[in-house]
Amino acid sequence: MMVIFTPVLSDDEFKAAQKRYTDLIAKHGGEVVHSNPWGLKSLAYPIQKKTTGIYWVLEYKATSDFNSKLNVQIHRDEQVLRHMYTALDKYAVEYNAKKRSGVSADTQKAEA
Amino acid sequence: MAKNEIKYLTAIKTEKPKKKYCRFKRYGIKYVDYKDIEFLKKFVNEQGKLLPRRLTGNSLKYQRKVTDAVKKARQMALLPYVTDLLK
Repeated sequence: MMVIFTPVLSDDEFKAAQKRYTDLIAKHGGEVVHSNPWGLKSLAYPIQKKTTGIYWVLEYKATSDFNSKLNVQIHRDEQVLRHMYTALDKYAVEYNAKKRSGVSADTQKAEA
Repeated sequence: MAKNEIKYLTAIKTEKPKKKYCRFKRYGIKYVDYKDIEFLKKFVNEQGKLLPRRLTGNSLKYQRKVTDAVKKARQMALLPYVTDLLK
């Protein structure tokens, strides 16, 4: 899941928002694999008149009906500019694991 | 025969276009990450539009993965939908 928060969010509010969602996942029996806050980044095009946003990428395992609950929460949260869920197939999971373990050889290899 | 036609003994050396290959098959990349912008920029032209398969040389299966990744990146404002000077 990738979430963009409004840039006006202060650091601890950002952490509080992250904690709120990770707790939600834990409460519903899900498991957070990896949380990766990117922080403030400039957007490629303005969203809701804002040109920067705070990015947060979260990889988690959860039951299939959990997403609808999470969806309700995220839509209710007005700090979130935009969010996106992506289902990860086995190559994606393997890619993320490899990327986290420091070796990201495939992008270099593809340079040639 | 036209007067001014020059006849060459050997054929003129035309520069053969480099054989295109699918980089995903060759380097064994199985997943196109939509967060990896530098890599995706290779498949997008200056206006931010997707390059066709005949230019990127990708096989059909991986070209679709690239298009999905680029569209996801565009939705999350990592890549612009349209711009004039991307590279």
